[in-house]
Amino acid sequence: MIKLEGVTKRYGDYTAVDDVSFVAQPGRVTGFLGPNGAGKSTSMRIMVGLTPPDRGTATIGGLKYHDIPNPGLHVGVLLDASAQHAGRTGREVLALSALTMGLKEKRVDEMLELVGLTESESKRRVRNYSLGMRQRLGIANALIGDPSVLILDEPANGLDPAGIHWMRTLLRGYAERGGTVLLSSHLLHEVEMIADDMVLIGRGKIVKQGTKAELLQTAGTFVKPESPEKLTAALAEAGIKALPSGDGGFRAECDPIVVGRAAAAAGVVLAELRPAEGAGLEEMFLELTADDARESINTQGVSA
Amino acid sequence: MSTATAPYGAKLDVSRTPRVPMSRLIKVELRKMTDTRSGFWLMVTMGGVAVIASTIFGIFGHDQDRTFYNFMQFSGAPQGFLLPVLGILLVTQEWSQRTGMVTFALEPHRGRVLWAKVLGALLVGVAAFAIAVAVAFLATTVFGGHDPYRDFGGIDIVKFGILQVTGILQGLAFGLLLLNSAAAIVLYFVVPTVFSILFNVIPALQDSAPWIDFGTAQGPLGDTGNLTGTEWTQLAVTATIWVILPFLAGLWRVLRAEVK
Repeated sequence: MIKLEGVTKRYGDYTAVDDVSFVAQPGRVTGFLGPNGAGKSTSMRIMVGLTPPDRGTATIGGLKYHDIPNPGLHVGVLLDASAQHAGRTGREVLALSALTMGLKEKRVDEMLELVGLTESESKRRVRNYSLGMRQRLGIANALIGDPSVLILDEPANGLDPAGIHWMRTLLRGYAERGGTVLLSSHLLHEVEMIADDMVLIGRGKIVKQGTKAELLQTAGTFVKPESPEKLTAALAEAGIKALPSGDGGFRAECDPIVVGRAAAAAGVVLAELRPAEGAGLEEMFLELTADDARESINTQGVSA
Repeated sequence: MSTATAPYGAKLDVSRTPRVPMSRLIKVELRKMTDTRSGFWLMVTMGGVAVIASTIFGIFGHDQDRTFYNFMQFSGAPQGFLLPVLGILLVTQEWSQRTGMVTFALEPHRGRVLWAKVLGALLVGVAAFAIAVAVAFLATTVFGGHDPYRDFGGIDIVKFGILQVTGILQGLAFGLLLLNSAAAIVLYFVVPTVFSILFNVIPALQDSAPWIDFGTAQGPLGDTGNLTGTEWTQLAVTATIWVILPFLAGLWRVLRAEVK
């Protein structure tokens, strides 16, 4: 179990992580979702003691990371697949970790096989690795100590679709055996596919958290018309509030049948009409991303 | 918690996990010194240059110069130059190559990792020193002139060892302080040189040079015979300025720095 309580980290005036609290449960995959620069990586570095927080505490299984003896045997960490010595071979990277943890050299071969790095690939220097290969090496490095907790920052980054599928199966099996898995991503669909629980972070703050089922369950209707203008007019006529919801569609806070009637009455052709499952989450995520893009302009004007 | 069948609970059971012993951390650091091409060739270069330099001197040196003491100067020169670089790289790679994110995640007590680096580097220093002495002994046996051990005393071994060890420690200290390979290597070679020039050119500074300039204070270590009490004190004072203080400042920095 990973537990963060009121964790805050500031860099000068900039608050990278702002009063963040959440729990990642054993036996479940928790997705840590947010746009780039939202504070995911900083939060994860705080969990493993690489960045000291200004306030709050982070514990793993009830212990501060600092107090876990030989932590590689308990917590598997992948923070940045590129943070490896370019001049070492992939095998050597794993061998150093195995040596530190006191594991047998055999474990290195097992891990290479598990993540699908071949004998000849393992003898190449990390400099010549693709991002996908580095990612696999990083995952092997996190798993080598057979830990009960995994902390992975953007593990799917650089993996091809087959690699993502492989990783999903791997982490799912891991959680099913009772392990705690926390993985971050800036892609909603990636997290949706893997995670049981989700924690949404934006501009350093937790904006939403819960089980995937809870978060995806949103009332309302998703509708995609042939002509957006005509539909907007028709819905306004019927007194139905609708917000644009990406890709030429709209979301309305009422049942699909109500929207269907309004469209039929005005003779608007619809391409799609369905319950808006997950649309709320997607909107919230888009909003977070958009807010972030505007942020630099706003904060300069307002906070000065 | 929610999963009653899970083998792992909400609490980590660490009661049967001993912490990583220091001996293993040192082994890891020793391995890191040679498992990259740069580290490997640094070692090979040190050994190779020592043998080549001693051989050339053995063939072309004057008979009365070909003493054990002089052979030691030749076989030890490449290490005096390159061992500090090894010390620098051992520390700075964790930042320049960003391996610190793994190293300090596997041993969050950073002080222990740093001590492992210091002890590991010193072990290599002692080994390199022994090899230099052995090479000098061999060269003396093969090429030695008349009475080659006449100018050699036991104290010379001690002085030679001090020179090597302070070099490694200074390299480690500069690495810790700057956490950047290029900057640390350049400053390690440039700053003492600039200081030596300043202190030897500016008349007002000349008297204080042996008390402040490390190079000046180390001068007597390169001569034969024992140092005077004053010279030993000067050596200690300048070593404090150039090795111990940067080391402590670097240690302070690393224990607090964010590892990214």
